[in-house]
Amino acid sequence: MSQTHRLKGKLAIAGLGVTPQGKVYDRSHMGFAVDAVRLALLDAGLERSDLDGILLNPGLAWGPAAMGSYNLQQALGLRNVRLSSTMNAGGATAGAMIQHAALAIDAGLCSTVACVFSDRPLKSPEEHTNVKNNGGASSYVFPRGLDAAHGQFGMNAMYAMVARRHMHTYGTTQDHLGAVAVTQRHWATLNSAAQFHDRPITLADYHASRWVVEPFHILDCCLVSNGGVAVIVTKAEHARTLRKPPVYLWGMGQGHPGGDIRETLTSGAALAKATAFPMAGIETTDIDVAELYDCYTFTVLATLEDYGFCPKGESGPFVSDGHTGVGGSLPVNTGGGQLSSSYMWGMTPIAEAIVQARGEAGARQVPKHDVVLASGNGGLLSTHTTLVLSPLPS
Amino acid sequence: MTTTPTPRLGAHGTPTKPLPKIEAAMAPFFAAAQKHRLVVQRCIDCGALRYPARELCSTCLGSTTEWIAVSGRGEIFSYNVMHQVYHPAFAGDVPYAVVIVKLAEGPMMTTSLLDCPLECVRIGAAVEVAFEDLSADVTLPKFRLIDPPEQP
Repeated sequence: MSQTHRLKGKLAIAGLGVTPQGKVYDRSHMGFAVDAVRLALLDAGLERSDLDGILLNPGLAWGPAAMGSYNLQQALGLRNVRLSSTMNAGGATAGAMIQHAALAIDAGLCSTVACVFSDRPLKSPEEHTNVKNNGGASSYVFPRGLDAAHGQFGMNAMYAMVARRHMHTYGTTQDHLGAVAVTQRHWATLNSAAQFHDRPITLADYHASRWVVEPFHILDCCLVSNGGVAVIVTKAEHARTLRKPPVYLWGMGQGHPGGDIRETLTSGAALAKATAFPMAGIETTDIDVAELYDCYTFTVLATLEDYGFCPKGESGPFVSDGHTGVGGSLPVNTGGGQLSSSYMWGMTPIAEAIVQARGEAGARQVPKHDVVLASGNGGLLSTHTTLVLSPLPS
Repeated sequence: MTTTPTPRLGAHGTPTKPLPKIEAAMAPFFAAAQKHRLVVQRCIDCGALRYPARELCSTCLGSTTEWIAVSGRGEIFSYNVMHQVYHPAFAGDVPYAVVIVKLAEGPMMTTSLLDCPLECVRIGAAVEVAFEDLSADVTLPKFRLIDPPEQP
């Protein structure tokens, strides 16, 4: 046996707050953030005065968000905060916030940290007065000079290029992408909070859904949503005294490979895992449940490969064969994920990992949930974070 | 950062396609394109080629740079087919392909194809540069298939 890592099980997640998600318009981005923290405090049985750290991942509606975490502190009425930062590594940020919180707590900088994401890209029908920006997915268009001149707009178009190359290189098919969408939608039908919980789909429905940018149908793309999520991190011994059973942080890591992802087709998962799994004292085969960042169906495929759940290039058959579905060998994105439940950047997989680790997932609960993986991914497979969570202290 | 581009309006009030704003770092690229020459940056210190422009070389961090002509030949490395209209000036074009061309010399360019039906867009197809003059200042390097399909 290798020596247990000093940090394994020392820090824990004590609270989770998730606001209503999706086409909800009654709050601003700040309102969602404050409400998410309120809900996380209730979940943990903590008071505001117990929080002495605040980390914020601002969604698009925050704009540049200079001083974002301070503005959130003021909105929350928090005094004497000892750790505050606004962080952004795209969809990898949520995991990174929890990692930074854990390290700061372990170092004695602070004791209890709220990690917060919120966004409000969707506009209500009444707000659709400006046809030039109708919010929603168009918030992710990011027009850039030469790209826009050629008609290339947004993340959908960029990921489509990488997915197409993966199909060319490894023989991944449109059916394989569709299998991810159909499998996650099935999971969503077991999650009443999922936006598409009442709309199961078949592979035929997938193929019939409209194209956004080939090879992506609309059902390949995540559900851009309004809402907020907050996660409270504290020391394990503190968490054990609180309202909910602790979810222990066994291992964590990051991976930002650099270079040209379009050529490597490889996310930062392999690099992040090499840090996180030895810390957790696990191998890939020990993972019971995986909550994988799913901005697109394709992202799930690449991430499965890069964690080593299947060889590189074989993720399509792995998903089509049912491994990631209900009753499969590796349940993946058990709440429906960002494709079928709600897109909260990296908070969606982390929130579901917490719910599964606690055993609170109801109809979708995976029977064995001792080792739960949550991944974050930002940019074009550019940034990556890994969390290994468990209901067991070690 | 959350707005779609404001369409420019043409003579009849219809939106026209966005022209790239010529930043200082890319000015030599556009100046060459006006003369129908395709150029990329070359680091004088280490010889690495780069596109799009960077001030310092990400291979060696050198800052002495020249722009060199490349063959204009390459192959389609990947592509997508845009169906959703993100800018009104492209409404009449959908579905259309955007391609990544890997130049024979190595750098990759996001670009588009002239005179290429969608069914002929495929990874590995050999292409060569073709220039589209859009305005007094902007000429856009696009690409054509070297072996175009037979016309029916």
